[in-house]
Amino acid sequence: MITIDAISKWYGPTQVLRDCSAAVAKGEVVVVCGPSGSGKSTLIKCVNGLEPFQKGRIDVDGISVGDPKTDLPKLRARIGMVFQHFELFPHLSVLRNLTLPQIKVLGRNPDAARDKAVSLLDRVGLRVHAEKFPGQLSGGQQQRVAIARALAMDPIAMLFDEPTSALDPEMIQEVLDVMVGLAKDGMTMIVVTHEMSFARKVANRVAFMDKGEIVEDAPTADFFGKPRSERAQLFLSKILQH
Amino acid sequence: MFVNFDFDVIWRSLPYLFYRGMTFTLLLTALATAGGIVIGTLLALMRLSGTTALTVAAAAYVNLMRSVPFVLMIFWFYFLVPYIGQWVTRSAQPIQVGAFASCLITFTLFEAAFFCEIMRAGIQSISRGQVAAAQALGMTYPTVMGYIVLPQAFRNMVPVLLTQTIILFQDTSLVYVISVTDFLGAASKVAERDGRLVEMYTFAAAVYFIISLVASRAVAHLQRRVAIIR
Repeated sequence: MITIDAISKWYGPTQVLRDCSAAVAKGEVVVVCGPSGSGKSTLIKCVNGLEPFQKGRIDVDGISVGDPKTDLPKLRARIGMVFQHFELFPHLSVLRNLTLPQIKVLGRNPDAARDKAVSLLDRVGLRVHAEKFPGQLSGGQQQRVAIARALAMDPIAMLFDEPTSALDPEMIQEVLDVMVGLAKDGMTMIVVTHEMSFARKVANRVAFMDKGEIVEDAPTADFFGKPRSERAQLFLSKILQH
Repeated sequence: MFVNFDFDVIWRSLPYLFYRGMTFTLLLTALATAGGIVIGTLLALMRLSGTTALTVAAAAYVNLMRSVPFVLMIFWFYFLVPYIGQWVTRSAQPIQVGAFASCLITFTLFEAAFFCEIMRAGIQSISRGQVAAAQALGMTYPTVMGYIVLPQAFRNMVPVLLTQTIILFQDTSLVYVISVTDFLGAASKVAERDGRLVEMYTFAAAVYFIISLVASRAVAHLQRRVAIIR
């Protein structure tokens, strides 16, 4: 479904991605981890074209992301994305956050959009908050709304960019629960996260990045059992201590 | 000390001052603000477009407007607009646009430069993440701007926009240079006709003061009402 083929990216003279390759099959969950500044977020943002890249090729459902002829808005509408800082639209109610993109991008009629939005808010346990504004919700609740907003577009795949990094510890679990539910329903997911419990539970593969490179890309059990690269071992030993 | 003053002149000229003068002043303020915000927002979008030609054109316009004295602009436009109209419509005579239309065009174009800078600051106050989120949902540039960025930018900037409008309200008195009867012009005419300069100018100053004060109080109140919950 998603193939990343030898992507390289530079910010001016600084190379931030080096020859990254990976493939995500339909229904697969891939966790991307690595130290900060390793290029995880940049890589995931290349997948829906939020970040341009200079070399290599990314295909999503057979469509080349980097091709200038590609209708990027149309492609992005089919890929859900969840951000570290939620990025709900603060001037719109929770319900409107979910209905506006459906109406403006997919051309759904307002009633259908509303029904879809309400059922998704129900699914993430926030139906009673539909009329509130994002600023009135906790971080965990906002992130669940953001997931629902992405799902409302009926995406073929979901990208998560450190979805729990900006949350207070007690709110992380409620967001992870929603994501685990999604994974178990067969959603294709790329998740940038440090939550190794999540990776163990639902990831098919774990990719480890360092200094802009994908150093290791292994099935979950192998990655936690016997990581081959020294850098991944070091990273795991640091992150699994607590 | 007021023995020699005749404040009754104010009372007698009230209908003229307000129906004729204040109507002109308020209408000019309202229309120039509306037009200025629309054109100013478009200029701001041009300045932030990332396309060199549009950026340079908008920046040049703004800088030109801000570096010419406003009175000169009013004066100049009043004499120039008929000829531009003539050129555009290819008619034999200069087009008679009238003082009000001429003032309206001048004020709108002039205010557009200021509203451009205000809206530019407003747009830049919206985080990159908001734009990224809107784009990630598949929104095109017009949708991102129209539904996500501009509504938030506009709300953030409402106090500044209205403060600029209050300044504009006071600046409308500059139309005296082309002998238009705005509120101050009306007061001035009565003052000179009846020889009651002190009374009329004092009254006019009081009216401008009260309206501006009430308006800025209203802005402060509105500021609390429209603030986005964060």
